Parts: sequence; C-alpha cells; structure tokens
Amino acid sequence: MEWIALANPSRFLALAERLLPWLAAATALAFAAGLYAAFFVAPEDYQQGATVRIMFIHVPGAWLGMLGWAIMSVAALGTLVWRHPLADVALKTAAPIGAAFTFVCLVTGALWGRPMWGTYWVWDARLTSVLVLFLMYLGLIALWRAIEDRARAARAAAVLTLVGAVNLPIIKFSVDWWSTLHQPASVFRVGGSTIHPAILAPLLVMALAFTLLFATLYVSAMRNEILRRRVRTLRLLQVQTVQGA
Amino acid sequence: MTALAALLLRDTRLAVRVGGGALMGVLFFLLVVTMVPFGVGPDLKLLARIGPAILWIGALLATLLGLDRLLAADHDDGSLDLILMGHAPLELAVAAKALAHWLTTGLPLVIAAPLFGIFLNIDGSAIGIVALTLLVGTPALTFIGLIGAALAVALERGGLLLPVLVLPLTVPVLIFGIAAGDAAILNAAPFGAPFLILIALTLTSVVIGPVAAAAVLRHGLD
Repeated sequence: MEWIALANPSRFLALAERLLPWLAAATALAFAAGLYAAFFVAPEDYQQGATVRIMFIHVPGAWLGMLGWAIMSVAALGTLVWRHPLADVALKTAAPIGAAFTFVCLVTGALWGRPMWGTYWVWDARLTSVLVLFLMYLGLIALWRAIEDRARAARAAAVLTLVGAVNLPIIKFSVDWWSTLHQPASVFRVGGSTIHPAILAPLLVMALAFTLLFATLYVSAMRNEILRRRVRTLRLLQVQTVQGA
Repeated sequence: MTALAALLLRDTRLAVRVGGGALMGVLFFLLVVTMVPFGVGPDLKLLARIGPAILWIGALLATLLGLDRLLAADHDDGSLDLILMGHAPLELAVAAKALAHWLTTGLPLVIAAPLFGIFLNIDGSAIGIVALTLLVGTPALTFIGLIGAALAVALERGGLLLPVLVLPLTVPVLIFGIAAGDAAILNAAPFGAPFLILIALTLTSVVIGPVAAAAVLRHGLD
C-alpha cells in the first residue's frame, strides 16, 4: 500500500483502528516512565525546590501547542491545494487539541510563577506570546463554528491558519522585543539557561509522552470526525429517501 | 490599471458621499480618548505618559469598527461578484479597495490624532511623532483587517468574530507603533529601530493582506 493511499478516509479509518491501541499503550508507558523520572529520579533544583518539576509538564505543553499549529499549516496546504476532505478533517481536529496543550502550558506556567515570581502572571515575553497563540487557536475554533458548510469552513480556516503561521514568528519576535525593552530578561530566567542532564533526560521522556498523547488524541479525533461526517451524510440521505417515498 | 484606479475612485466617492463612515470612525476615536481619563483618572502626567498608547489603541479600535463595511456592502449588492469575475487580478482589486478604505477611514484618524493628543497633554513635537507613527502604521491595520473582512463576507457572519480573528494579528503593529511613539515621550527610548520595523510590518501586511483576502474570497464564495 502506498503512503498516499492513506488519504482515502476508509483506509485511514482502518489504519487508525489498528494503530490506536498501540499508540495509547505507548502513551501510558511513556507517561509512567516520564512521571516516575520526573518525581523520583530528577533532583530538586537548589533554588526552586520541588516546583521545578512543574517544568516537566509545562515545557512539553508549550512544544506541543506550537507543533499543533505546524501540523495545521501542513493540513491547510492540503486543503487549499488539493481540496482533500481528509486534510479538512486533519485541519479541524488539530485546533482543539493544540489549544488544550497551549492551555496546559499557560496554567502550569501560572502555577509555577506563583511560588517563583510571587505572582500568577507576568507580562513576560514567552508567556505573552503563548497567550497570543492560545487566543489565535480560540479564534480559529470560533471560525470553524461560525460556518455551516464544512468545505467552505475548511478553506476559510486554512487561509487563516497559513496567515497565522506567517504571523506567529513575527508576533513572537515583536513580543520578545517589547518585553526586553521594558524589563530585563535575566530576571525571569529561572533555573539558569543551561539545563543539567539529570533534569534534561526526564524532560525529554515527558516530551515523548506528550507527543504520543497528542498523536493518540489526534488520530482518535480524526476518526471521530470522519465518523461524525458519515453519520451526518447518512442522516441526510435518510431524510431524502423518506421525503422521496 | 485603469480598472483599479476606477475602483479606488468609486470606493472613495462612495465612502465620502454615503453614510459618513469616516466621521463615525473619528467620533468613535474621540470617545475612546475621552473614556480613558474616566478610567485612569484625570492625572495629566499619567495621561501624557500613556498618551501614545491611548491614541494607538483608540485608532486600532476605530479601524476595527469600520472593517465590516470594507467588503460587505459590495457583497450585498453583487458588485463583489463582478470584481471576482473581472479581468483585474483579485489581489490588486481588494488591495485597491483596502487603500480606498484606509484613505477614507484610516487617514481621518491620523489627521484627528494631533488634536486628540492635546487632550492627553502630549506636547507639540511628541504629537507630531505619534501622528507620524499612526500615519505609517494604520495602513498595516487596514490591510491585516482586510483578511478579517474577507472572512466575514465568506462566512456571511460578522459581529464579534471579525475582531477576534484580527486583533491577535495586529499585536506586532501595536507594539512597534507604541514603542516608536513612546520614543517621543521618554528620551531614553530609541525611535529609529521600532519606526523602521513598523514600516516593514506595514509593507509586509500590504502584501500578505490582499493575497490572503483574495484566497478567502476565491475559495469562500462559490
């Protein structure tokens, strides 16, 4: 079977059914290993104590939140160039998942900031650019909900996704510039810029676990969306036959 | 080229003669500027310090207010379909429309800004600099907003969705516009770098805005 054949929704469904249990199991294993390492193996930071462990959830959340938009940009190309229904599905289902991971990053960041900086929120460059990313996710989800025609919604959302992909680095850069102008970055560099291997290893395991979780949620969300569309089509057909009879 | 010039002229004439959109934007701008002292108190020193920020946010909100008129009227009476089918490239056609929209809504804001700066106790030369940043920066707001206007037309649903989609994209313009404006107030702040970046942002959005808006219209209206 060629790789491109997966673009057929039925083949994708079949593959998803086979893949999902393995993905879920791998996610559980990676989380077990990662959480164990994060809580029992990784040393406490000499300044931050146990709160440094928040990082093991916070940082992968941020990575996956950004990865979500990257995936959507690829799907958006699929929607605009090939007008492929599966690309529409991939584009639509990535948005809530990416938003959820970004939200996890924001919440854990606030909880981490309280003991470290003495406040839940500072207008630090990184926090602010993640907040803007989150707001753009919410806007995109609102856009999906505003249009009833699915194909049209997909194309409008695809253009906005690509505009966002171009703009997000610019926003990131300008927010960095804005924040460093007002406050020195060194204050908010908690834990130093270099990460010790004893902390880096659990972080990478947790990043892997988060990535697997993302993949599991994403594949099952795509499967659900395809099934939802089929149910809708069947219902419409049913109504048509009832009216025709 | 003549078709684009005709479109630009037509849109400008329509905006000037019908509806009073330009005046409404300036009035809204004045109201925002008036509301801020009620919020933060009548401290003239504080107002002078945050004056550029107030003017910029007022201009941003006033620009957003007019955006849904940018393409919606043409969509309602069918002339947008004619533009879509016409010989002129759609990107340039919507760019011409956005330029006309800026001339009739953005430029009045820039012209009104020095007057409103007096209300905020910004001194003479600083007012000039803030107005200059607005002159350079507001086209970026209109051209970014063009994407939102195209989406609103394709959705046939405007309302709050348009600002929700557009506002995050305007963050860089706001940052560098206010940074350059602040340079007039704080002597230590640099002016050249943020001002040049503001120009770059405007030029970038003049390219991205029409291309994205044309893509939305092509794919969205079928």
